Formats: sequence, structure tokens, C-alpha cells
Amino acid sequence: MSERPRVGLLVTCLADMFRPQVGFAAVRLLEQAGCDVDVPEQSCCGQPAYNAGDAKDAAALARNVIATFERYDYVVVPSGSCGGMVKQHYPKLLADDSKWGPRAEALAEKTHELFSFLVNVRGMKSVQATCSANAAYHDSCSSLREMGVGPEPRLLLKSVDGLSVRDLAEKETCCGFGGFFSVKYPEVSARMADDKIADAKKTGADTLLAGDLGCLLHLAGRISRKGEPLRVRHAAEVLAGMADTPAIGEDGKS
Amino acid sequence: MTTDATAFPQEARAALTNVRLQGALNHLKEGFQVKRAKAFDAYPIPFESLREQGRAIKESALSRLDELLLQFEAKVTANGGKVHWARDAAEARDVITRILKDSGAKTVTKGKSMVTEEIELNPHLIANGLTPVETDLGEYIIQLRNERPSHIVAPAFHLRRTDVEESFREAHQALPSSRVLDNRPALVSEARGILRRHFEAADAGITGANFLVAETGTAIIVTNEGNGDLTRLLPRTHIVVTGIEKVVPRLEDVSILLRLLTRSATGQEITSYVSFMSGPKQADDADGPQNFHVVLVDNGRSALLGSPVREVLQCIRCGACMNHCPVYGAIGGHAYGATYPGPLGAALDPGLDGLAKTYHLPFASSFCGRCETVCPVKIPLTKIMRFWRNESFSRGIPASSFNRGLKLWAWAARRPALYRTFASLAARVMRMIAGKSGRVRSLPFLTGWFIVRDLAKPASESFQSQWRRRP
Repeated sequence: MSERPRVGLLVTCLADMFRPQVGFAAVRLLEQAGCDVDVPEQSCCGQPAYNAGDAKDAAALARNVIATFERYDYVVVPSGSCGGMVKQHYPKLLADDSKWGPRAEALAEKTHELFSFLVNVRGMKSVQATCSANAAYHDSCSSLREMGVGPEPRLLLKSVDGLSVRDLAEKETCCGFGGFFSVKYPEVSARMADDKIADAKKTGADTLLAGDLGCLLHLAGRISRKGEPLRVRHAAEVLAGMADTPAIGEDGKS
Repeated sequence: MTTDATAFPQEARAALTNVRLQGALNHLKEGFQVKRAKAFDAYPIPFESLREQGRAIKESALSRLDELLLQFEAKVTANGGKVHWARDAAEARDVITRILKDSGAKTVTKGKSMVTEEIELNPHLIANGLTPVETDLGEYIIQLRNERPSHIVAPAFHLRRTDVEESFREAHQALPSSRVLDNRPALVSEARGILRRHFEAADAGITGANFLVAETGTAIIVTNEGNGDLTRLLPRTHIVVTGIEKVVPRLEDVSILLRLLTRSATGQEITSYVSFMSGPKQADDADGPQNFHVVLVDNGRSALLGSPVREVLQCIRCGACMNHCPVYGAIGGHAYGATYPGPLGAALDPGLDGLAKTYHLPFASSFCGRCETVCPVKIPLTKIMRFWRNESFSRGIPASSFNRGLKLWAWAARRPALYRTFASLAARVMRMIAGKSGRVRSLPFLTGWFIVRDLAKPASESFQSQWRRRP
């Protein structure tokens, strides 16, 4: 492997469409960590199909992603859930496929969630960034349980000037997003969001950070609907020093 | 109560605004989560290694279930009891009714048993002129109210003290109406008095089983009220009704599983009573039933055994998955409309009752996976829910236009350039709808999203497009 590893950024559908600056933040952080970053043409990891029970289409999308990304030294994803799809679920999805199964395994092996890649693979311990906020950090369930991410974002956020980061009292509890779950059972999903928002407010936070845009769009949408005084951002934006822009769902050009 | 989970969305909505239920659900954390965590923290062996032992015991038992069940039957027979095999709920109900009628029973006391809920035994007994009386306090209360258990360990967990008082006043009309029932000890004492008479009068007793031991022909139950012992020991006839998956090879295996069960369920090191039932009264026994029967219920279990999701049969019914489930925590057990609520139900009910009635349940999860981290026998609950989702999708249960939409979306997503064109078009439309504000308040599709929340408006240009034209 060369001195500067080549990283393929799987930017995720949501960042691509709703929050490009998460992609740029990820690129900046990866470059700071000494990587060459490439963004191949990409669509979706297949998670919506997979979670809806459409394993066949999910497998087709998985093969696309494998073919696109297997040329890189690493695949990095600014999302625990899309990362978990590649790392945990592709090998299972293609287990019976003698051609694609081993390729899925190989890709899973080198796929990482952004924060855990920066800290655990690249040895990053701090960032040079400023953000004046009292933040609470929300662990997405997939980051926590599928990717084993927990201390890494907190370690990096601790080095941001002006930022204080607190843990939620119920940090192992889901925020209620769950992909189509949020659309199929909206009231249950909203209740879970409300509990999460209440938990964040109890910490005295003015900003809620996380590493997954799914959770964040869901929480920001609920916060907006209820008129709660809480701003929502992807933690990568803060770490990359890009937190001077409007938060998710706030007015303004983005 | 007949399983029908097709109204799950409406039931869940109603549950969210049910003040009484929400009050009870607030206690889920202190009542179950905290106690469980403390119990495992205090245990000298790490939870992880104990649960691996538990998982291995159940996995190995399931891999030779046929052999263990026959060994169990032979032992029960040798001990003077009789084993009956029931392929489905109807056969189970019939064999139980026949045993009761043959023994001339009229009144029947019952210990807590989820399998008898599953086979809807009580209405069948009543229709056959028998009088079943639930003797677990929670079960007794919900029997008076004609409800289904809302939790597999704490069946009346959704009720307040005042609800119980109301039910008791209505049911126990022979007692003076001036009596004071405004505290828990008074309610417990009244129930004890009433149940004591039922225990003494009962012709037969029915219990479930937490475990069956093949090497000794023993059925084991855990209780905290002692009602299990009075149910099984006092009447002439004792019938154990349980699922075929409960059998393990040795007593030693049970000692491991018991440690996991009581800690996971209520945070107890051991329950007040652990009863070992190996047959009818022997010559040198002080007391016990003259007739001892075990009804082994299949009801979909052997089909699960041969399926890719056989791990669901490892379940020891501790309830930890539901106690830690954020969906169960929001809506409680009744909204699921099935025998077993929560993550366990989402994994098991489709196998017992068929997808046509239960298709919502495997989808009623955000796939957060917390249930799997607390399961004492490491059942891969989300994997199993995913299996049912796949079945639901591939068999078209329910028939849904959503599935066609999804296939169309996936077709486009397989063509990244085309997909990006569609996405940018959708983004433009959403930005138009959002206007000057930062958010979209409604759209003609994904309507569920907008019932409860807004959507941040998409960016004016996608990341990939900005990336490609960067200097």
C-alpha cells in the first residue's frame, strides 16, 4: 500500500442530495488524515430495498457498489447505516453467490465508518476546528451496534475549540428513524424522536450532532415541525470546520 | 384472544395516546432494564460468557429435538405420567379438554402459561362447560377484564391499581362493598383469599413449563407467587401444556438457563419458587396429583425448526427484548394484536399464525438491534425479522403498490447516471415546493413522513455534481 492510501468515498444518497457539505467535510477530514480521496459515480447501497424485504434488488445494488469500490484501498462512509450495509450485510446477502460472495467479503473488510476510520485506521487524535456550541451527541444504532463506533467521534469532537459535547442519558436508545419504519409507522417513530429530543434538551444542548443523516433528517424534521430550539448537524461538518453554515433544515441557501 | 395484527398501525396510534398505558410504560425502565443490568453486573461471570453457554445449550438441544422429546416422553411414562402430542392449537385444545372430561373435572386452576394463550385455551374450556381460573395475580386480573397479557412476564403490567380495584369490585360482589381496596396489599390479600378457595375446589390444574428435562422427565416452572405449586399439587389431575422447543438434555443445563432467565426477566437471582414436576404423586410423596399429563404443542414450531430462522426456538421467554425495545416501550403489548408482543413476537408470531395476520410485526421495528444485545440466548432477532420481511415481499403479503414503487426505484438505482438525473429532478421539485423556507412540509408521496415531521429541502446541487465540476 502506498504512503497515501486511496480512499473511495461512499457519500450516501442522503448526503448527496440533502447535505453535500457532509461529503466535502468527509473529503477534507480524509485528506487531513493523509488519504487520497476519490468519489466514483455512485447511487445507493441498497439498504432501502434490503430493509423492505427486497433481497434481490438489494443484491443487484450491492454488486454495483462492489464493482465500483473494490479498486480502492479503503471505502469510507460518513454513515453507520450505509457503512453497516456494506460491512455487515453485503457478505450475508451474497453468501450463496460463489463469484460475488468473496468480493463482498473483501469489500466489507476494507469498509469503515468515517470517524472510526479517522481514529482507528489513520490514528487521528484531534482536529483543527472551531465551533461555539453546546452539543449532545446521538449514536445511531447502526454506528453503535453494526460498526462498533462510540468513543471515536467523541474523541475528535473534544478537540474542537469552543465546543462542549455531552452524552445523552439514553444513548443506547434508537431515535426512531429506521428507514421506511419512519414512513410506515410515523406516530411511533415521532414518539421515539420526541423522547430523543427531550433527552437532548435535558443536557442543556443547543445542538444535536450525529454521524448518520438518516437520524439527523428525521430529528431535524421533527424539531422543525414542533418548533423546538435545537440545531442539528452531522458531526463531520463540525470536525471539518464547516459549522458556520445553516444547520440542517434551517433557512438559507445550501 | 385470536391473533389479528392487521390493525397494528391504528392500534399503535391509539396506544400512544392511552394515558393509562403510557403511565405504565414509564416504569419499564426502572422496573425491568435497571434491575436486569444490576443483576448481571453483580454476577461473577460476565453476561457474555453465560449467554454463550445458554445459547449453546439451546442450539444443541434443538439440533436433536426429536431424540430429546422421545427421551422425555419415555421418562415421564416411566414416572407414571402421560405425554400427549398436539400438532396444532386445535389438537392441543381437544386433548386437554378430553383429559379434563375423562377425569370428571369441572373447575380448573391455571398457572401462568403463554402457550395456553397461544392456543386460546380458556374460551374453548368455557365453551365445553369447564371453568378455568387463572391463578397468577396478573393473569387473574386480565382474565377478569377479558384481556390478553400485555407482557409475557408481567401480563397486567399496563393496568393501574385503580383499574384492578374496579375489576375486583365488579367480580367479587359477594364481598362487602364498603371494604377498602385503595392499596396494593389489600388487593393482593383479597385475591389471595378468593384464589385460595379456587385452589381448594379445583379438580384439575394446568401449568406451563419453562423447561423440560429429557434425562429425568421433569417439567420446571418458575413463579414468584407460589400459585404454580398450588395449581399443580392440590388437584387430582395436573396437565402441563408447553411447546416442544422447551426440552433440554440435562438438569445441569437448566441450572445455566435459570440463571439467565430470572436475571433477564426480573433481575432476580432466582425466583421465589422453582418447581420441578416429574410425574404423579408417588407412594412416599406427601402430596401431589394422581394423574400427570404433559401436552407437547407443535403449532408451527417444527416448521420453524426446519427453516432458516430456527434460532427463534431458542427463546426462554424472559421478556428482555420487549423491555429494551423502543417500539414496545412506546406502545406496549396489546397494540401488536398477537400472542407474543415486541421483538420476540415479530420473530415468532409469523411462524405461528402466518404472515397474512402478522405481516406488520416484522416491519414494526426500526432495526435498532438493542433486543439482540440483551437476549440471554443470543437470538438474532433482526435477522429473523428480516427473513419475514423477505417472505412478505416475495409472497406479496400484503399486496402493496409500495413494492412496485420500490422495484422501480431499485431499477433506477442500478443505473447511477440515470438515478442522479432523477434525484436532481426530485430535488428541484422539492426545492420549488419548499420555496424560500429551508424545509418541505408535505409531498404527494412518502406521506407518512410528513404526517409528523418536515423534511429539510434538498441542496441546489448534489454533492457528486459539485465534486465533478470542482476546479
